[in-house]
Amino acid sequence: MHSNLALRLVHGNRVGHNMRRRRYPLPKISESRIRSPFVDKILVGLKRVVDYNVRVRVKSDGSGVETDGVKMSINPFDEIALEEALRIKERGDASEVIVVSIGSSDAQQQLRTGLAMGAERAILVETDEPADPLTGARIFKALIDRESPDLVILGKQAIDDDNSQTGQMLAAIWGRPQATFASNLTIDGNKATVTREVDVGLEVIEIDLPGVVTVDLRMNEARYVKLPDIMKAKKKPLEQIPLAKLGIEMAMGIHNVKFEPPMERQKGEIVEDVAGLVAALKDKGLI
Amino acid sequence: MSKILIIAEHAHGVLNQSTAKCVACASEIPDAEIHVAVVADNSEAVAAAAAGLASVKSVICVDNPANENQLAAVIAPQVVALADGYSHIFGPSTTFGRDLMPRVAALLGVNQISDIMEVIGSHSFKRPVYAGNAIVTVKAPADIPVVATVRAASYRAVAAGGDAATSSASIDVECPEHTRFIELQTGKSDRPDLQTAAKVVAGGRALGSKENFELIFKLADTLGAGVGATRAAVDAGYVPNEMQVGQTGKIIAPELYFAIGISGAIQHLTGIKDAGTIVAINKDPDAPIFEVADIGVVGDLFAIVPELQAALSG
Repeated sequence: MHSNLALRLVHGNRVGHNMRRRRYPLPKISESRIRSPFVDKILVGLKRVVDYNVRVRVKSDGSGVETDGVKMSINPFDEIALEEALRIKERGDASEVIVVSIGSSDAQQQLRTGLAMGAERAILVETDEPADPLTGARIFKALIDRESPDLVILGKQAIDDDNSQTGQMLAAIWGRPQATFASNLTIDGNKATVTREVDVGLEVIEIDLPGVVTVDLRMNEARYVKLPDIMKAKKKPLEQIPLAKLGIEMAMGIHNVKFEPPMERQKGEIVEDVAGLVAALKDKGLI
Repeated sequence: MSKILIIAEHAHGVLNQSTAKCVACASEIPDAEIHVAVVADNSEAVAAAAAGLASVKSVICVDNPANENQLAAVIAPQVVALADGYSHIFGPSTTFGRDLMPRVAALLGVNQISDIMEVIGSHSFKRPVYAGNAIVTVKAPADIPVVATVRAASYRAVAAGGDAATSSASIDVECPEHTRFIELQTGKSDRPDLQTAAKVVAGGRALGSKENFELIFKLADTLGAGVGATRAAVDAGYVPNEMQVGQTGKIIAPELYFAIGISGAIQHLTGIKDAGTIVAINKDPDAPIFEVADIGVVGDLFAIVPELQAALSG
């Protein structure tokens, strides 16, 4: 995962330099180019969230968490979802990757990063009110009706609300398969084989496409964005659609009444050695 | 009155303890009547176990060969067919429940509450957000079903001793065939299950290798404990993914937790917040794990753990 944009730029600069020197790279012809891709479009969701490195603080009035002046990023699970979609495209199994976000116009920033990573185009469904998971799923369904993707890849959860719902809800209202918590994904014809990280180990399932896959952290490691790609991304299409234009029935939301900080555990004692540890455990009746 | 349907989690004829924890949560709702649904290929043994849980009024069985592998897409429409008349539908926030329940909620046209950690009232609950760095009190709309998952680590399983009536439901829904089970890869282990063990010994990246992780297994076996690991240790290939404890792994609440060679990243601490006693062994005195540990030992784990092992075996 990326630590910060500055690092990415430094990295990108260096690579950009090399690219300028080698002016006529030999075209690579891979086997995959000979056959047509298995799937046409892949839709990927990118949620703008508080960066995972930020230590979140609850506002003193309990109305939410502090987001003013806080670094915002693509939800890390969504970044992995996009990386997977790009790898599928790059091995010749898909022809187009579309990134989608739902939120305020600020989310353009995350979509531009997605375009710089390698997506072809972006769609921002604009709303100032955060969308609840069911409304979010209905928004994706409306875009599916428009774009007819063969595959939708989402993060398994967003690290702000930690709900882990949208992918499953989308699959439900679409009437299509869901493969959640995925750590591996292969596509063959109109089927996908997915390895899922479940409580007892790894479960492998096969789903018919189209379908929804939600990804876990071990799926892949997302690429760094290079400076030339950031420049290129500025010219890629980013369509903004006001939520009201999609004609979606808004779901009844779960109302957030009050936020509070968690109960802190008290710092305990430091013992000198193993004898001290054993004595302390005996004292508590734990051994 | 609240009429609550709990979706049982089970495998190979055994009821998962997460179900008894859902019952514990549901029984905190005022004036609750609790039913358990066993959607299975052969429900008999699981239904008998569910009927024996305290506070359960009735067990409803749905038998269908298609339920053998408990696929969310297959089970969800059957749950929806049972949902009529219930004010609440609960499942555990295990990978089973987190996969299934949002699908159920969406088919019912309602939003879901994830990870209930405290009941305030019939439609009001507390749940963690931002990896547990904030707790939010939520209110569900009245007059539509409350679909929710229950954070297992926040509840103690209800005792046995119930004697619920068991009935069979025949429902007419089409089970989709677009999702097919291939296989389950699972490490066979005689150790206590990580999610329900009273004691857990966990190791981090500082163990350095798969071979060195044997230290953790040995200590666990001496204590009769389950084994956990940090994401870093899993990513480094020391142990399989099902041992991961933390925000994206398992959330656990053992009576005793040993954090060995674990620095205490916030994502890991999220998974052990509700543990009874946390013991930390780490060579870095400034490691964040010491901020939450009840007992800490600063030093080299490769010297301390074998010594502890010897002291406990003696």
